[in-house]
Amino acid sequence: MSLVSIKPKVPSGPKYWRSLDHLANTSEFREWVGREFSSEAPLMMDGNSRRTVLKMMAASFGLAGLTACRRPVEHIFPNSKGVVDYVPGQKYNYATVTSLAGQVAGLVVETYDGRPTKIEGNPLHPNSLGAATALAQGSLLNLYDPDRSWKVLQGGADSSWEKFEAFAKSMNLGDGSGLRFLSESVVSPSLMALRTATLKKFPKAKWVEYESFQRTAGRVGATMAFGQPVTPQTHFDKAKVILGLDSDFLGLDWQTPLPTKQFSSRRHIASEEDLDNINRLYAVESQFSMTGANADHRIRMRGSEVKQFAIDLAVALGSIPGMNVLNNGSDRRAKFLASAVKDLKAAGKDALVITSPRQPPIVHALALLMNETLGSLGNTIEIVKAAEEDRVESGPEALKALSGEMSSGQVSTLVMLGGNPVYTAPADTQFGTNLAKVATSIHLGYDPNETAAMSKWHLPEAHYLESWGDAVSGGIASIQQPMIEPIFGGRTASEIVALISGSKDVKAHDIVKNYWLATWAGPGEKSGTSHQQQWQKSLNDGIVADSKPVEGLKLTADAKKIAAAVAAEPKPVVNQSGGGIEIAFVPSSQVWDGRFANNGWMQECPDPMTKLVWGNAALVSGATAAKIKAGDGQMITISRGGAKIQAAVLIQPGHADDCITIALGYGRTHCGRVGKDVGFDAGPLRTTDAMWYASGVEVTPTGERFVHATTQERGLAEHLNERPLYREVNVSDYKSNPKVIEEMSEVPKLHSVYPEISYAEGNQWGMAIDLGACTGCNACVVACQAENNTPVVGKDQVIRGREMHWIRMDRYYVGSEDEPRAVEQPLPCMQCENAPCENVCPVAATTHSPEGLNDMVYNRCVGTRYCANNCPFKVRHFNFLNFHKNDPEIHSMVHNPDVTVRMRGVMEKCTYCVQRIQETKIQAKVEGRRPIKDGEIKTACQQTCPADAIVFGNINDPESKVAKLKKQERNYAMLAELDIRPRTTYLARLRNPNPELEA
Amino acid sequence: MSLAVRQDPALLETNPPLVQGKTGYHDITDQISSIVEADTFETPMKYWIALGITSSIMVLLLCMLAYLALTGIGVWGNNRPIGWAWDITNFVFWIGIGHAGTLISAILFLFRQKWRTSINRSAEAMTLFAVMCAAIFPLFHTGRPWRAYWLFPVPNTDLNIWQNFRSPLIWDVFAVNTYLMVSILFWFTGLVPDVATLRDRAVTKVRQWVFGALSLGWRGSARHWRHYEAAYLILAGVSTPLVLSVHSVVSFDFATSVIPGWHTTIFPPYFVAGAIFSGFACVMTLLLIARWLLNLQNLITIKHLENMNKIILVTGSIVGYAYACEFFIAWYSGSIYEKFTFWNRAFGPYWWAAWSMYSCNVFIPQLYWFKKLRTNLWVMFIISITTNIGMWFERFVIIATSLTRDYLPSSWGYFHPTWVDMCTFLGTFGLFFTLFLLFARFLPMIAISEVKGVAAVERHSFAPETATEEVH
Repeated sequence: MSLVSIKPKVPSGPKYWRSLDHLANTSEFREWVGREFSSEAPLMMDGNSRRTVLKMMAASFGLAGLTACRRPVEHIFPNSKGVVDYVPGQKYNYATVTSLAGQVAGLVVETYDGRPTKIEGNPLHPNSLGAATALAQGSLLNLYDPDRSWKVLQGGADSSWEKFEAFAKSMNLGDGSGLRFLSESVVSPSLMALRTATLKKFPKAKWVEYESFQRTAGRVGATMAFGQPVTPQTHFDKAKVILGLDSDFLGLDWQTPLPTKQFSSRRHIASEEDLDNINRLYAVESQFSMTGANADHRIRMRGSEVKQFAIDLAVALGSIPGMNVLNNGSDRRAKFLASAVKDLKAAGKDALVITSPRQPPIVHALALLMNETLGSLGNTIEIVKAAEEDRVESGPEALKALSGEMSSGQVSTLVMLGGNPVYTAPADTQFGTNLAKVATSIHLGYDPNETAAMSKWHLPEAHYLESWGDAVSGGIASIQQPMIEPIFGGRTASEIVALISGSKDVKAHDIVKNYWLATWAGPGEKSGTSHQQQWQKSLNDGIVADSKPVEGLKLTADAKKIAAAVAAEPKPVVNQSGGGIEIAFVPSSQVWDGRFANNGWMQECPDPMTKLVWGNAALVSGATAAKIKAGDGQMITISRGGAKIQAAVLIQPGHADDCITIALGYGRTHCGRVGKDVGFDAGPLRTTDAMWYASGVEVTPTGERFVHATTQERGLAEHLNERPLYREVNVSDYKSNPKVIEEMSEVPKLHSVYPEISYAEGNQWGMAIDLGACTGCNACVVACQAENNTPVVGKDQVIRGREMHWIRMDRYYVGSEDEPRAVEQPLPCMQCENAPCENVCPVAATTHSPEGLNDMVYNRCVGTRYCANNCPFKVRHFNFLNFHKNDPEIHSMVHNPDVTVRMRGVMEKCTYCVQRIQETKIQAKVEGRRPIKDGEIKTACQQTCPADAIVFGNINDPESKVAKLKKQERNYAMLAELDIRPRTTYLARLRNPNPELEA
Repeated sequence: MSLAVRQDPALLETNPPLVQGKTGYHDITDQISSIVEADTFETPMKYWIALGITSSIMVLLLCMLAYLALTGIGVWGNNRPIGWAWDITNFVFWIGIGHAGTLISAILFLFRQKWRTSINRSAEAMTLFAVMCAAIFPLFHTGRPWRAYWLFPVPNTDLNIWQNFRSPLIWDVFAVNTYLMVSILFWFTGLVPDVATLRDRAVTKVRQWVFGALSLGWRGSARHWRHYEAAYLILAGVSTPLVLSVHSVVSFDFATSVIPGWHTTIFPPYFVAGAIFSGFACVMTLLLIARWLLNLQNLITIKHLENMNKIILVTGSIVGYAYACEFFIAWYSGSIYEKFTFWNRAFGPYWWAAWSMYSCNVFIPQLYWFKKLRTNLWVMFIISITTNIGMWFERFVIIATSLTRDYLPSSWGYFHPTWVDMCTFLGTFGLFFTLFLLFARFLPMIAISEVKGVAAVERHSFAPETATEEVH
């Protein structure tokens, strides 16, 4: 609009003028106005001019681009630090290996941009077969522990690696007479070689292996039986009848997924033949363990009584010549024993008698002898040459001897390679007191723990995901390769040994690689290119390319020697409450020996049986609780000898009477923010002669109260009325009527008020969980937490009932309070087709995908929690607070970048790992829209399940594994009568009890 | 008001007059207006003390809500499985209280229950304030209250997703908002003639302005009255179904779910009866206090109170019947989950809550069968309070205890309220009573024009039937 056009028609008041020129309306003024207010804008509005401008601009841009194309003709290389073929943001999997308590498990680690985010089992590794345990899964979070050691300390003051190196060089160790090494169980061949070399250089030096939970008893027992250093190897998959003498092979006794894998392989039922091959498990134990929960028959007795049971069993089987007197004990015990003997004999070579590293060597010797009698030696259990790892001084006695030397001043330099001996050493070794007497104590440790605080030097240790190393187990070796540079500048044990011994290679990579190249090349030979390729392949596969499993030996047990040893044993008291209360120690399923104490995932991972989190408890049976006059949450003082501890009682149904079980690894005083002062330290009661149980403890209630945090019951012990939620049936009943599982609930014909939606097209995701195979090991719980960035909420929030696990392990007891059985049921989202959560959401934040997933839209959620209320399974979890608020910054490194970190106020739940589904779908699309193969997508829980109990896949594909499982008659949907049509269904557990005992 | 003169003289003998004492029109106007027109210094000290206490508690509410919004729902005791606890209990409790207002105003108006006139205004005000208190909870119980507007069908740029109309919470949004709107209109329409009276009597500028604006130019002409009566009747007609629908819809939150103890077809009538029950009890509490504080014994007579007590007895018994019916159906259904839920309700860990509810709602109101008791001010005051305690427990028992133990025993839990839960609930009383006290002081809390209609009936009762026709 032009201003000229709005000339007022009528005079509008006085005339205003700007200047005298304006008033005079001179030509100068008009010119000035024209200059000052000249407008080019109309020019641009003129068609031609605008086009010209645009043309000019286009040309300028084009020509400007031309001038940039002056690349040199020769081929150049970018000077960047990128890895060849490396795509930022893309995930890469690397094979590595870890060990815990001397047991080796091969892993595959998922990394994003050089940071490990998820641990999975290595399918090629014979101890893992693709699965990983809960602790292995949880060890990832230790890597990003903000309270890890991050600097060298000298006498508690800051120092540096340079200073330590200078110090190490200045040490005059002579022949090593004052030099002692103390390490945890060494499984690394390269470290063993280095150890041998070091001990050669310092002939008077000694190397002791000690950790809280060691498997020495098995080796000592086997050596006793066979007269030479051998060690047993079990094959649970070959066993039809298994009897465990205090053995928790499905839980704490093994830290590899292998026993679970092998045991459950006989519980996967797909055919008539499988029904005949199903195994039977007898458990004799004090604590109610996971093995006890999976047993078909279980008898409870104190740990100290197991030895007599073993003797009686051996006598009944006719294993011990010249002995035929049975200590019958109670009727129940006698009946159990007689039936088990009959059953074991019938199974013959398919039988397996196994005991626990927590039992004394004599029980191991007896177990091996029994297997020999049964003919199972060489089949279900093999004797192999003890590996070199077992040939140093190890165990609590060796530690006691070392401590004695320290006390008497014979030790001038003590090198502690990892571990926390001050905390884990038996009380009678007085290790902590004696450590102060050592002139030079060097502690390589992962965190500034109790031992670090008392050592002259403390050196930060590298996490296994930051370290070069190797490990061997049963002849199969693996190379440990780092995925990330040591975040806090830690070093490995081998580097420290190399430094002290002054060996040629000082970097862990060189130590390991040169060891293997030399091994492959043979003595005196130089390694060639083929060895380099072998190295690469070994790294790639996660197992050393040419390693072979060790072969079983054909040996005969020395029955007479064992009989003599049995005769020499003091006569026990069977099944009497004499001897007062007994205390039993077990490693914690969560923090192990305390090394996972600062790990939130593990602290919050419910114990499989007690469902206790954030702490341990003095577990007792109901009868014992009455006897010691202390119930749930009441504090007691337990005293043994001069030592005293306090702990809170928790009643564990099915626990042996007159016995208290307490998990080790708690009550840490020098620990990070997570684990400090969590739980009760039972260590002061533990002595070298009573590493696992001790009789005659005194118990007095203190009258104080303590609040346990559990994820089930929450202090309410209410009986479960008969709900067909967990379904199990005896094999015999199933054989006679396969419909028996379906008939457990009545599902009338149901109609939905909403129109039916067809799910007949495309991929339709579903899951089947085999309750028969599941042992309740918790691996899926931790795997899910790692995969899905699930927050840790802390003890107070768990007490409030706000834990966030997307998959939980429901534990139910069956039967009487004294002699219950227990069952475990993993519970992810049921992904109901007719999901009750969906239609109640006012803002459509949870909706159904065409592939049958019950999707959760976090950024649409306003948080009314209506969906969680209406979920019959209560699998929805609400972010009541900003649970990530107090996460240390480094924790953001552990997060899976494919999964949103949820804010407060939104609902979350299991998604069937939708990020994994999408990833594979995209991959399939890229590869020409090919169909997705069965088993190509594995949910995190499925992937890590040691029992292969979780199967996920496309239920629209009749050939898929999941579809086949769902066709089985064992298959049932929980609460099908609500017409919710869950996509997650269960396969009922088949129990295989001995008909003689069942009656 | 023409209808008033149709009072049957025969009835007057059995029923005492609804307005006692000085019943001249001017007397009534004077008495009610004087409260509003009183000088600050003339207002009794006890009023200011009461207002001081209630407004302090209201400030507590604001602090709690701020703390909640800044920290998260976790400051309350809600957990898994108890996603809704005191929040929705309080919501339903306040909505229930809000029922009596409309019921007294609309339904009793339609049924020509004259005795409603002295209490309807305060009952309507109570409705509004109760619904305001109620609205706080659904808003603030969301995890992200700043997104709560997504529950309204307004276009949002964040995510262009429409509401899920299958969700009973959306029905709630509509039901409660409709109820609030209609209640405001109804209340305001009734206020117009009285505000005009105040305007005419106004001696200060502020009053002239405020009342002048609010009276919408009311002159009291016959035409005005005719339109007013028609509008009032229409609004009463519109409100009446709302009384039934709001609480029915609120009950759908539970009735349409799959949770045992919630999934019950009896809920709509049961909730409505319960709402009327609690609403009348709350009106009773407030009236007894106001009657004592502001000396309104002549306008709010024992007869009014007795009639209300009769309704409390009837609705309490309906509620009792519903309780019994639920137990019967739980047994009759044969569903193990239903059976357990109701067994658990009475004998589980929340037995104390359930028996408080049975006692307060069913057993105690039975005392009203005795005329002596239902006309005793102390008895009715105590019962009005126990009734509201009982009705709060009813909502808590239904909502929270059903959630504590549903299908899977592994997920059973227990609810412990936090101090924030308690202070928030207490705070809503602060808000409620503050608003009520402000209303009582600054607006005519008894409908002047309507009371005049029923006042001095005996003096008008000679009027022949034809008189009515003349007016028309």
